[in-house]
Amino acid sequence: MTKPLVAIRSVSKHFGEFQALKRVSLDVWPGEVMCLIGASGSGKTTLLRCVNQLTAIDSGGIWLDGELLGVREQGGRLHRLTEREIGRQRLKTGMVFQRFNLFPHKTALENITEGPVQVQGRKLDEVRTEAIELLRRVGLAAKAESYPAQLSGGQQQRVAIARALAMKPMLMLFDEPTSALDPELVGEVLAVMKELAQSGMTMMVVTHELGFAREVADRVVYMDQGAIVESGQASDVLGAPREARTKAFLSAVI
Amino acid sequence: MKAAPTVAEGFPDLSGMRLAREPHWFRWLGAALIILVLAAIARAFAGGQIEWSYVGRFLTAKVILEGIVNTMVMAVLAMALGIVLGVVAAIMRLSPNPVLRSVAAGYTWLFRGTPLILQLLLWFNLALVFPTIGIPGLWTARAVDVMTPFLAALLGLGINQGAYTSEVMRAGMLSVDIGQYEAAQAIGMGRLRALWRIILPQAMRVVIPPIGNEFIGLVKATSLASVIQYPEVLHNAENIYYANSRVIELLIVAGFWYLLVVSILTPLQMLLERRFARGTMRLAR
Repeated sequence: MTKPLVAIRSVSKHFGEFQALKRVSLDVWPGEVMCLIGASGSGKTTLLRCVNQLTAIDSGGIWLDGELLGVREQGGRLHRLTEREIGRQRLKTGMVFQRFNLFPHKTALENITEGPVQVQGRKLDEVRTEAIELLRRVGLAAKAESYPAQLSGGQQQRVAIARALAMKPMLMLFDEPTSALDPELVGEVLAVMKELAQSGMTMMVVTHELGFAREVADRVVYMDQGAIVESGQASDVLGAPREARTKAFLSAVI
Repeated sequence: MKAAPTVAEGFPDLSGMRLAREPHWFRWLGAALIILVLAAIARAFAGGQIEWSYVGRFLTAKVILEGIVNTMVMAVLAMALGIVLGVVAAIMRLSPNPVLRSVAAGYTWLFRGTPLILQLLLWFNLALVFPTIGIPGLWTARAVDVMTPFLAALLGLGINQGAYTSEVMRAGMLSVDIGQYEAAQAIGMGRLRALWRIILPQAMRVVIPPIGNEFIGLVKATSLASVIQYPEVLHNAENIYYANSRVIELLIVAGFWYLLVVSILTPLQMLLERRFARGTMRLAR
């Protein structure tokens, strides 16, 4: 029996008065592509950010690859990990942001080599070779020397995916990767993500692209008001939802 | 109903016509008035009691040239010290650690809150407080020997400049999108490395114009160091007019050199801005 790559247990998160996550529990299995859907404010992005520790959880626990994230249990109490240890844990995940967040003062190639060279301390020569290969994989081999401002939104997002992959993560997190794109640019990013899914990468994808979810996701999770309402195979959740709230959401977005 | 025609009749074709030149009467009038006023001022000075031959003679006098070199040396070193202190203080100010935050805020409060000339006098007279200074057991010296006009001016100007620069740097760092910091974290960077590699280079673009402003201010503020005997250009000009009483002539000489230096700095700042604008213009490179 394999173990889940990500195990989320009773995770809660407040932002002031607002409770963004209400005792959420969820597993992600190795090689699985999971799509998180739901209205804005439903907690799906917060959940994703908690897995990458960009947001610290209030209570509960998240295990990645068998390792408890952010804290260490000792003598019946939880002790916060140091920034360095959290940084090391983050290396197991790659994050793709809604607004791309490429480094504007660096070329596409430099964006990709920055992490492996600066954080992992690897040699620039070998990293550069890998980075060029990654750019080829996302279809941007010709744009290595371009600055982000010279690229379209879709191209920037594909560079951002390559940047995350350069760290050789075991889990890729996508936070609404196509929401900031012009409609005609969505397809090229989804195509890269689909190729990535087929290569066996474990992925958690927060998305409004139900077509993508239906086609690529192994599992679709519908969230509302900080809790998981329904989860299951894409064809079931999207095609024959059981919960009234899921039905209402789906009929509103389609 | 019949579909409306794409282009209706009755509107003349204007595509061949050019815009007429506007007369701009008030601009001409304003320019004429300003020229009149300037001419009146020039005439007043020409007839005033200024011996222009003295201005010409002392403009390139050795003491004056040494003075302007000392002015520039002090301005550059004090700015370098100010930028180092300013960056450190700004990073401390944005730290999650409340101790570091308070220390940085206290530094800014203290050195921004007292006049620069007072700080210069305090540094210069440090020997009154600590007759000897040093590291116990290793090295000691008489404070009057250590605290030369040069060192007192450097500490006074540099530390004061750091207090102002820290606010400029902090504003620059706050102007960088939070997503940049998150993206740096997401590829495993720690706080300091993210600041150094990702945030500060982007902040530079924003801070260079105000830093250029600060530097021009500092070039002129070095003249305050004349009160503690640092031989910068104004100090040297004063020494000459104490001897020959040509006060206005030598003040004009000093003023000429300040203007010249500041005029050279402006295009230098533009070059620096272009360097840090990498990637921000579509047609960059």
